[in-house]
Amino acid sequence: MDWAVIQQSLPEFAKGFQLTLWLSASGIAGALVVGVVVSLLRYFQVPVLGRLSGAYVEVARNTPLLIQLFFLYYAFPVLGLKFSAATCGIIGLVFLGGAYMAEGFTGGFNGVSQTQVESGRALGMNQWQLARYVVLPQGLALSVPALAANVIFLIKETSIFSVIAIPELTNTALDLIGLYYRSNEYLLVLVVAYAIILIPLSLLLTWLERRVRYATFGD
Amino acid sequence: MPHSGINVLFEGHNLVRLLGGLWTTVWIAALALVLGLSLGALLGALRTLKNPVLRLGLRLYLEFFRIVPTVVLLFLAYYLVPELFHVDSLPGSWMAVIAFGLWVAAEFSDIVRGALLSVPVHQRESGLALGMNRWQLFRYVLLPQALKLELPATINLATRVIKTTSLLMLISVMDVINIGQQIIEANNTTYRTGVFWVYGVIFIFYFVVDYPLSRWAQRLAAQQKV
Amino acid sequence: METEILKVTHLNKFYGARQVLFDVNFTLHQGEVLTLLGPSGSGKSTLLRTLNGLEAFQAGTLTFNGQPVVADEAHWQKLRQKIGMVFQSYDLFPNLTVLENITLAPVKIQGRSAATVQAEALALLERVGLSAYAKAYPRELSGGQKQRIAIVRALALHPELMLFDEVTASLDPEMVRGVLEIIKQLSQEAAMTMIIVTHEMNFAAQIADRVLFLADGKIVEDTPGQQFFAQPQTQRAQEFLDSMDF
Ligand SMILES: Nc1ncnc2c1ncn2[C@@H]1O[C@H](COP(=O)(O)OP(=O)(O)OP(=O)(O)O)[C@@H](O)[C@H]1O
Ligand SMILES: [Mg+2]
Repeated sequence: MDWAVIQQSLPEFAKGFQLTLWLSASGIAGALVVGVVVSLLRYFQVPVLGRLSGAYVEVARNTPLLIQLFFLYYAFPVLGLKFSAATCGIIGLVFLGGAYMAEGFTGGFNGVSQTQVESGRALGMNQWQLARYVVLPQGLALSVPALAANVIFLIKETSIFSVIAIPELTNTALDLIGLYYRSNEYLLVLVVAYAIILIPLSLLLTWLERRVRYATFGD
Repeated sequence: MPHSGINVLFEGHNLVRLLGGLWTTVWIAALALVLGLSLGALLGALRTLKNPVLRLGLRLYLEFFRIVPTVVLLFLAYYLVPELFHVDSLPGSWMAVIAFGLWVAAEFSDIVRGALLSVPVHQRESGLALGMNRWQLFRYVLLPQALKLELPATINLATRVIKTTSLLMLISVMDVINIGQQIIEANNTTYRTGVFWVYGVIFIFYFVVDYPLSRWAQRLAAQQKV
Repeated sequence: METEILKVTHLNKFYGARQVLFDVNFTLHQGEVLTLLGPSGSGKSTLLRTLNGLEAFQAGTLTFNGQPVVADEAHWQKLRQKIGMVFQSYDLFPNLTVLENITLAPVKIQGRSAATVQAEALALLERVGLSAYAKAYPRELSGGQKQRIAIVRALALHPELMLFDEVTASLDPEMVRGVLEIIKQLSQEAAMTMIIVTHEMNFAAQIADRVLFLADGKIVEDTPGQQFFAQPQTQRAQEFLDSMDF
C-alpha cells in the first residue's frame, strides 16, 4: 500500500466524487417525480395510463440498468436519438429509479389499514376525499422506508455508469488502475469514497424514517 | 430494407451464441445463489446468538456489502482474489461466483435473521415446553416458519442476482452481453440497426427470466398479508 | 316515536357462495334504541356494515327515511353522512389532531363553515369531558378516550341514525363505563336513534327499547328489551343469556 499514490490520485477522485453526487441527486429527484406520478396513475386506476404505468414498472424493474444504458447510449443513436453519456446516465437512472420509487409509493398506499379506509368511508368520503385525507398522508409516511432504501440503491447503481465512460467514482478508479496498475490503492480509495457518501446518508435516512413515522403514527 | 437489422440475429450461429452466453449468465447466477443462500442461512442463524463479538463481526460484514456497489465488488474479487490466494489462472466466472456469493450471503443473512427474530416468542416457548433443545427448536419450529415468511424476499434477492450478472462483461466473462457486443461489432457494417435488435433480445432474455420470479414473489407476499 | 327511519325487508347477504344473512326483516322508528345480540359469527357486524353500505347485499330492500336505498357507492356516500358508525377498533386518523379528526368530514365533505363546526366540535368535546384534548394527537389518548372521540366524530356530521359495533370490546374494563355513559346520554338527552351491537348485557338491558336476537344469520327473536331480558321467547336466546352469565 503506497500512500503517496493515494494522495496523488485524490484530486481525480474528488472530481469523480462530485460527479457521482450530482448524477445521483438528479437521477433520484427525477425518479421521485416519476414514481409519484406513476403510483398515482395506478392508485386511481386511470384508464389506459394506469395500465401503461403498471407495464412500465414491470419492465424497468425486471431488466438490468446496464442494458437500459446500452440501449440509450448505443442503440438509440442508430434511430437518430443521440444523447451525451451523462444525459444517458441520468435518463437511465430516472427510468429505473422511477419504477422502484413507484413501487415504494404503491406499497405505502396499499399499506394503509383497511380499517382506516373504512372509517373514512363511514364518514361519507368519496374516493377522491379518501385519497386526499386518508390514503395519501398515511401512505406517504408508510412508503418512506422503501424510498430511503431506493435512494441508497440508486446511488450504488451509478457505479454502472462507468460502462458508458462517465467519469464518476468507479470509472475514475478503473481508469487510474488501467494507467498505473495500482489496483489495491485505487480500490481502497473507491470503497472509502462510497462509504463517505453512504454511511452518513443511511444514518440520516434512518433518522428521517423515525421522525416521519412518529409524526404520522406516533410510534 | 435489404439489410433489416433483425436479420443479424439469424446470421451464422448468432442466436445460438447468444443463448450460450445466456447459459453462462444463468449458471453463474445459480451457483452464486446456492453458495450465498447456504452461507447466508448459517450467518443469519449465528447473528441471532448473544455473542457480541460474533454479532459485531457479522454486522460489519453485512454493512460492507451494503455500502460497496456490486460493480466494485466484482473488481475487488478480480484484483484481490488472485493476490490473496496466489492463483493466477482463476477464470473471471469463478471470481464472479465468489463475489456474488459473498454478497448474497450478506443480504440473505439479514433476511434470515429478521425472519428468525419475527417468529413469535410463544412459538419459541411452546417448542421449549415440548422439551426441544436449541437445535430441534431451530430445525422444527423456527426455520420452517422463517422460510415461509421470507420466501418472497429471497425470490426478490434472486432476481437481483440475475440482473447483476449483466455486470459480468466488466471482468471479461463471456456472458450474454459480451457475446452480444461481439456480434454487434462483427456485423456493424452490414446491419446498421443490428445493435438495436441484439440489445433488444438480451433485454427480453432478462425480462423473461426475472418477470415470472418477481410476480411469484408478489403473489406470495400478497397471500401472506391476508 | 312513530316515524319510520329505517326499514329492512327480505335482506339476504352472501360472502361468495356462503350465505351469512337470511331474510332479515325489521323496522326502526325515530328515537328507538335497537340492540343486536347473538353469538359470535351470527352476522351482527355483517348486518351493521350492510346498513352502512360497507358491504353489498344480494337481495332485499332498505328504506331510509321513506326513500328506497339505491345500492351504489355515490348514493351511499350521501347516506353515510346521515348514518354514523363507530367500530370496535378505535380508528381515529393518526396524523390529525383530535379536533381535526372531528371537523374534517363536516367541513370538507358537508361543506359547512369551519368556524361553526369547530365551535360545535368543542362543545361536543366538552360534553364527553375531553375538551382539554382538542389539540392532542390520537397517540396521546387512552383507548377509552379515543373511542369517545370516535363517537363525537360521527356525531359531528349530525347523523339521524347511529350504528355501534362492539365499541367497548377492545377497551380495558375501567374504560368501558365512560363510553357506555355517552351512548346512554345520547339516547336519553338527544333521543338519538341507534342500533347497538354489544356484549355488555347489563348495559343492553338498561338501554334497549328492542332486542333483535340473531343466530346463524337469521333473526330468531324481535322482542321489547325488558321482556327479552326478563324472559326471552326462544330456547336459543335463553341459552345465549345463560352463556353470558346474565
Ligand atoms: N369478509 C368476509 N368474508 C367472508 N366471510 C366473512 C367475512 N366477514 C365475516 N364473514 C363470516 O360471516 C359470518 C358473520 O360474521 P360477523 O362478523 O358478522 O359475525 P358477528 O356476529 O359480528 O360475530 P362477532 O360477535 O364475533 O363479532 C361469520 O361466519 C364470518 O365468518
Ligand atoms: Mg362482530
